[in-house]
Amino acid sequence: MNSAVIVFPGSNCDRDLKVAIETVTGRAPAMVWHRETELPDGTGLIAIPGGFSYGDYLRSGAMAARSPIMQAVVEAAGKGVPVLGICNGFQVLTEAGLLPGALMRNAGLHFVCRPVGLTVETSQSIFTSFYSAGEQIVVPVAHHDGNYQADGETLDRLEGDGRVAFRYRETVNGSARGIAGILNDAGNVLGMMPHPERALEAAHGGTDGRRLFEGLLEAVAA
Amino acid sequence: MKARVFVTLKPGVLDPQGKAIHHALGALGFAGVNDVRAGKLIELDLADGTSDAEIEAMCRKLLANTVIENFRVERDSS
Repeated sequence: MNSAVIVFPGSNCDRDLKVAIETVTGRAPAMVWHRETELPDGTGLIAIPGGFSYGDYLRSGAMAARSPIMQAVVEAAGKGVPVLGICNGFQVLTEAGLLPGALMRNAGLHFVCRPVGLTVETSQSIFTSFYSAGEQIVVPVAHHDGNYQADGETLDRLEGDGRVAFRYRETVNGSARGIAGILNDAGNVLGMMPHPERALEAAHGGTDGRRLFEGLLEAVAA
Repeated sequence: MKARVFVTLKPGVLDPQGKAIHHALGALGFAGVNDVRAGKLIELDLADGTSDAEIEAMCRKLLANTVIENFRVERDSS
């Protein structure tokens, strides 16, 4: 599988994401700098890493969402290429309009950095097909702006259409309805605040993130 | 020509920073503060003749996230 990790100035989980993808798929992703205007030919998965792109200037993810490479990402997403945004990557995807809603400052104002309990809300997606719906997993979070907010109608639609992928099982950041990760309408774009790439090996303290990448590999290879 | 863009959270959107400021004001002994909302002021130095529509487009495309924020533009009359 050909994959690409987008790298912005201030990204800091790009190498972790590269290792995770390479470990699971056996192929190293292309690392694509934000100034590029095209993705490598045949890119079958786009991953947008965590970090503090552009120093979180203006709003988290706001500047990255307007950088040159994002036009190519939006175009690819429109053609059905899977796009995975983790943490700052989730913020970038909402700012780019690929996912609804916004990620605001944590309700408790503190940076939250710890493993948290999640419920997998749906197994009906290319990202979660290796989990069962209702399964409880533990994946680390590390963010200051993870408080997911959208208007009530949008939240109802996300829930009604099975587009909430992950929900927190504990109080983390004040997110509306405990939302930790959502899918786009077509199901090929996932944004999530928790870091599955940090829960890949037993040495990480848990392996609950691994099946996300394994499921993706199967979906994309099929 | 200058313009000032005020970006504020929409009413009803939780403002944790405003809440923290409110709390700190209370801790300093300022008892009469009912609520605090924090926002941003962005000053633009613009080419003469920049239209209102262009400034509004800047706000919608970048300066404000209209999912959660409102914006208001003040232009210098000079």
